[in-house]
Amino acid sequence: MISQLSWKIGGQQGEGVESTDRIFSTALNRLGYYLYGYRHFSSRIKGGHTNNKIRISTKPIRAISDDLDILVAFDQESVDLNAKELRAGGVIVADAKFNPTVPEGVSAQLFAVPITAIAEELGTSLMKNMVASGASWALLGLPMEVFNQAVQEEFGRKGAAVVEKNIEAVKRGGDFVLAQAGGPLEAFKLEEADGKQKLFMIGNEAMGLGSIAAGCRLMSAYPITPASEVMEYLIKKLPKFGGTVIQTEDEIAAVTMAIGANYGGVRTMTASAGPGLSLMMEAIGLSGMTETPLVIIDTQRGGPSTGLPTKQEQSDINALIYGTHGEIPKVVIAPSTIEECFYDMIEAFNIAETYQVPVIVATDLQLSLGKQSCEQLDYDRIAIERGKLVTEELEPREDNKLFPRYAFTEDGISPRVLPGAKHGIHHVTGVEHDQEGRPSESAVNRRKMMDKRLGKLSQLRITDAVKADGPSEPADLLVVSMGSTGGTINEAQARLAQEGIATKHITVRQMHPFPNDLIEPYLQRAKQVVVLENNATGQLANLIKQNVGYHDKIVNLLKYDGTPFLPSEIYNACKELN
Amino acid sequence: MATFKEFRNNVKPNWCPGCGDFSVQAAIQRAAANIGLEPEQLAVISGIGCSGRISGYINAYGLHGIHGRALPIAQGVKLANRELTVIASGGDGDGFAIGMGHTVHAIRRNLDITYIVMDNQIYGLTKGQTSPRSAEGFKTKSTPEGSIESTLSPLEIALSAGATFVAQSFSSDLKQLTTLIEAGLSHKGFSLINVFSPCVTFNKVNTYDWFKENIVNLEQFPDYDPSNRIAAMTKIMETNGMLTGLIYQDKTRPSYEDLAVGFKPEALAKQDLTLSRDDFDKLVKEFK
Repeated sequence: MISQLSWKIGGQQGEGVESTDRIFSTALNRLGYYLYGYRHFSSRIKGGHTNNKIRISTKPIRAISDDLDILVAFDQESVDLNAKELRAGGVIVADAKFNPTVPEGVSAQLFAVPITAIAEELGTSLMKNMVASGASWALLGLPMEVFNQAVQEEFGRKGAAVVEKNIEAVKRGGDFVLAQAGGPLEAFKLEEADGKQKLFMIGNEAMGLGSIAAGCRLMSAYPITPASEVMEYLIKKLPKFGGTVIQTEDEIAAVTMAIGANYGGVRTMTASAGPGLSLMMEAIGLSGMTETPLVIIDTQRGGPSTGLPTKQEQSDINALIYGTHGEIPKVVIAPSTIEECFYDMIEAFNIAETYQVPVIVATDLQLSLGKQSCEQLDYDRIAIERGKLVTEELEPREDNKLFPRYAFTEDGISPRVLPGAKHGIHHVTGVEHDQEGRPSESAVNRRKMMDKRLGKLSQLRITDAVKADGPSEPADLLVVSMGSTGGTINEAQARLAQEGIATKHITVRQMHPFPNDLIEPYLQRAKQVVVLENNATGQLANLIKQNVGYHDKIVNLLKYDGTPFLPSEIYNACKELN
Repeated sequence: MATFKEFRNNVKPNWCPGCGDFSVQAAIQRAAANIGLEPEQLAVISGIGCSGRISGYINAYGLHGIHGRALPIAQGVKLANRELTVIASGGDGDGFAIGMGHTVHAIRRNLDITYIVMDNQIYGLTKGQTSPRSAEGFKTKSTPEGSIESTLSPLEIALSAGATFVAQSFSSDLKQLTTLIEAGLSHKGFSLINVFSPCVTFNKVNTYDWFKENIVNLEQFPDYDPSNRIAAMTKIMETNGMLTGLIYQDKTRPSYEDLAVGFKPEALAKQDLTLSRDDFDKLVKEFK
């Protein structure tokens, strides 16, 4: 019995790779396995090789694996490109249609299943996905009822006949491969899962769900990879809560519309990726200057310019922190797990309103799009804090004076009144202004206003601003990361521990303002610090050096080829340092 | 009920004496009072430029944003609170150069807001450069040999973008301007009002006298039917865009807010943000 295995499906884009994966993994999720998915795709709609890989485990996992156990291939290209990943004893299930062959130097067992032929016999080649997933399921020897139930749910609304046909396709795929293999493969017999129902989603969906929980009722956005799923999720959901998603003409309109709507009193956000964020920078300054709450999601992808739109990178951090001209208070949060994608959105909206600042939630492509198991989300952790929002009726003001929207206060945060309120009239401008919002060039006022705005976040520490996970005992070697890479690091740590090499891992979640005080103790204790990031210049490492120091201890571990880190790469790098 | 005086504040505009924008400000204040608004029910969202300062000179909620983006900000305000009357305003550079993309899309989106452009055919605040509205051959600091680009026609663009309300006026004609702003504010959908608002400092060609000599008031054509889109386009072309009055209005097309499925007729800003446990469970269940 094994506790985890990796499965991959490959084919031409648009050929059913996605749906095969979806049905197969939904059924696995029902059994309570932990899943972690990785999509290899290109910036095109039809054609071109694409593959989805999922890792199946009885224990929590948050990383793709170095190798592969089962490869399902719709074409020879998928075999040729991916077979090398197979570990010894691995299996290829390929469509008999193209007379598949095992590439030289690969020792894998090949099952040629007439995937297309069976599907066509049953009526349509579209059912290839069912034959392929059925064959995969059968090889693992998992209970059929759960799988059929998933099929029923997927096709139920299309009628009983369609469901029946698809179940038949699953069965025939399974029967065929079992006849060849002589029954389920013993080597791939998975231990039973804990049966506890997990959620199965991508980070973008978790953030969409988190936004609704946070009270977000408007989204203005422009489509972009890999952010669009946030928008697509909310388009389906927000109308049920009285709100809407508006697709704008560009990202500048998206962000300024969000600023207008937040000024109007509705929690509103936009989501984009690097190119969109670049366009939004001036408006982010407006939000900071006018102290108008704003929430933006940046799903980082390969940059610069159009870069690698469908590939993993963590290279926007500098731009997010420093991108706006002038100096404003701003918060940059980087969730590192799917659960954090949900909870961080609630915190982002609360911070935006409490401190009246722009908040950017920065994920990376793997976190945004990698479908994975998510622990049950806790309704009781949802709390909406709107800060100094004035909701009570106001008294008439003396001499018809304006409401002091930018009043100097001890914490720098001024009461905020929404347009429409009687006796609350004030002016808002991106020009330097006085306490009532009127333009002012007074040097004294300028200094006071700058200090007021920039001082607002001095005490801000988000939940788990710096998070330690993995082994709890002290270690000489500290690994520091941000975003989705933590799970992969934990796996490398486990392997290192087996060899007696102790390591410590922290994730920086609050990217700005930088939580120096929380990071320093870890750096102080460590003899050597590996800062691991998906970019070419070591942006996180530089933030640490700039804000905390310890230049002599810090070593960069950088990967900027568009693919996520593998556990073995981290293991090897740490071992070399040891 | 508020009078137009209640839409005044004690701020002295920093416009040059004689600037056309003073009349636009007065017309907005009168129109708002005439249609029965209270100051707190009005939000004026403006862009950057001389005219962009207007949001600070009217006693109403005002937001002076960034160059070229008055329209998306104003649309956001309207989406957040449908009970507010929202005016977006700015100059011809703001709306027809840097913000042209937003102008076209705001027109086709048809949210219920009013866009008032103070069109002086020049960049004033940066001290005299060419604008998309400058005539060919117009000499400015940035076109010392005369502008060699063709003049943009916002009225034609508005009609072809699917505008439901297009009007043009002249800041000397306070009565007509006030009436048109009232009509724009009352129109259910996006209304564009382009106002010839002379720059007395940097534009020595398109002066008050020049406009008086060259514009045609649609009142001269008693048979003119502003619901006829073809006639509207023809009239704009016949007069080379030098006409004033209500040029086109489509009263049949619903606004964006009314077409958006599920979008509540009440102000979104006033809604309870709490997600019920039941709704939360339903949302989560989809991921099992």
